[in-house]
Amino acid sequence: MSRLFMFEKPLGMRDTLPELYEKKHRVRSAMAETIKLWGYQFIETPTLEYYETVGAASAIADQQLFKLLDKEGHTLVLRPEMTAPIARVAATKLLEENLPVRLAYSANVFRAQQREGGRPAEFEQIGVECLNEDTVSCDGEAIALLISSLKKAGLQQFQVSIGHVGFAQELFVQILGTNGRATALRKFLYEKNYVGYREHVNSLQLSSIDKQRLLQLLHLRGGEEVVSQANDIIENGKGKQAVTELQELWDVIRDYGVDEYVKVDFTIVSHMSYYSGILFEAYAGNVGFPIGNGGRYSLIEKFGKNTSATGFAVRIDMLLEALGSSQLVNTTHCIFFSQERRQEAFQLVQKMHEQGKQTVVQDINGVKDLDAFSKKFADTTYLIGGRIDE
Amino acid sequence: MSNRLTIAMPKGRIFEEAVELLRKAGYKLPPEFDESRKLIIEVEEEGLRFILAKPMDVATYVEHGVADVGIAGKDVLLEEERDVYELLDLKISACYLAVAGLPDSKMNDVAPRIATKYPNVAEAYFRSQGEQVEIIKLNGSIELAPLIGLSDRIVDIVSSGRTLKENGLVEYERIGEVTSRLIVNPVSYRIKDALIDELVTRLHEVVSVEVF
Repeated sequence: MSRLFMFEKPLGMRDTLPELYEKKHRVRSAMAETIKLWGYQFIETPTLEYYETVGAASAIADQQLFKLLDKEGHTLVLRPEMTAPIARVAATKLLEENLPVRLAYSANVFRAQQREGGRPAEFEQIGVECLNEDTVSCDGEAIALLISSLKKAGLQQFQVSIGHVGFAQELFVQILGTNGRATALRKFLYEKNYVGYREHVNSLQLSSIDKQRLLQLLHLRGGEEVVSQANDIIENGKGKQAVTELQELWDVIRDYGVDEYVKVDFTIVSHMSYYSGILFEAYAGNVGFPIGNGGRYSLIEKFGKNTSATGFAVRIDMLLEALGSSQLVNTTHCIFFSQERRQEAFQLVQKMHEQGKQTVVQDINGVKDLDAFSKKFADTTYLIGGRIDE
Repeated sequence: MSNRLTIAMPKGRIFEEAVELLRKAGYKLPPEFDESRKLIIEVEEEGLRFILAKPMDVATYVEHGVADVGIAGKDVLLEEERDVYELLDLKISACYLAVAGLPDSKMNDVAPRIATKYPNVAEAYFRSQGEQVEIIKLNGSIELAPLIGLSDRIVDIVSSGRTLKENGLVEYERIGEVTSRLIVNPVSYRIKDALIDELVTRLHEVVSVEVF
């Protein structure tokens, strides 16, 4: 085995140095404050979970999981996301009363990266889950809270696109007859390969009207008007129900007064396979990847409760990138002291701390390059040498 | 910020055809555009910014969102598997991916060796044929490999077949057709939807006229 360098970290793992830590902390606090205002309660779950339970319930691909063995030989995973652990907790502890439960989290999740070593394999997510509540109002609440917390974090330009998992699936089944025959189209849609999708549609033995309906799906994104466009190409049944739900969701979002941030998009198909209804993604203009996503899922079934939940998760690292590089103002004060005036320095620093001022107290003999060190502070005070008579 | 598009263009072979296509679609690109050696070209009047990248890298720029859209060969998309929307077949720079080798030669039974610029494509193809092969990644002049005994076969793009012929190689199997595609970053696709829809519509008109 080749020798590791002392400073090397496992692939995709990162240190958070003071400045970044502070920025993350501020963003996290702003979001958490909003989430708490809406009455969501924060919880923590273990970093390690059983592969058979949380690992299997999670929608993250198996090869992206970090796995290890415990002493008894059980396979464990580092949690790849927070939705499955929360569903586990809720199903076993919190849902006994059969009432809605509003939970929140801010935690690091772990996903082994497949490509380009060095992309973060551990990153922080902050999010909420509203469990045991299956109204569209609750989906709207998740979206309104997402918008409100992003604004509070300082993000000005962003967009949330809302869609419905059921629509495309139902459209395919209505036109093609069976789920099996829809697989190819679903795959093209999932892979974002619209060229392949169109070629496949044109190769099918279908009436031109049906072909047109399938091709129209790719254009179903925009404002509220998209909902009625979707209504035109779907027949009765579950598909209509998806359209109705999305219309209702739009009305809820409008009543929250946040519709300016929201667009309708029936082409969103998430990699999170547990989503069962409405789903959404949040984008900021200057970041190439979604900063957050969410939706309705029936994951809790896997833990023995037949109920659904809705929630969202925001990636703190993506959000920070979206917020751009605002320079933090350094307000830390430094008091240098020598032996003779030590007590005076300690009294002063205590007073500063009481006033809430960040202050370092530093023995001047402990610093070799005083000029370089003083530059790290907003302000300095020297209490050295003999006492000056006042 | 969101009223302007950044387009990643492939340098070299595809570039001129792509520029011609954009001009046909009504985008006014300055005449010096074609000869410029700059890597970033602003076309203020059209609200467009072009970045000139290696063809293999176009999908990478688009995936990361530093370019909103890009023009990339299907060969690149198959090889790189980037998370981008493939919106339009531009039907330019047509060629195909093929397996080639020396005439009347057989692949080594035990561990056939394949030289290629497209290791993922080659591996996936031979796996689908039930063959386990050793892939040798090269960055160019792939035709050399079978000639000097580095590999049994090569996987490469073929346009006219002249290079193969001149080097005494023959084509064994076709893997797939390749043309250039318009690709889009998933976030840009949603945030700059109006601009992108316009680009797609204008290009789509030009492309469909060309074919029919």
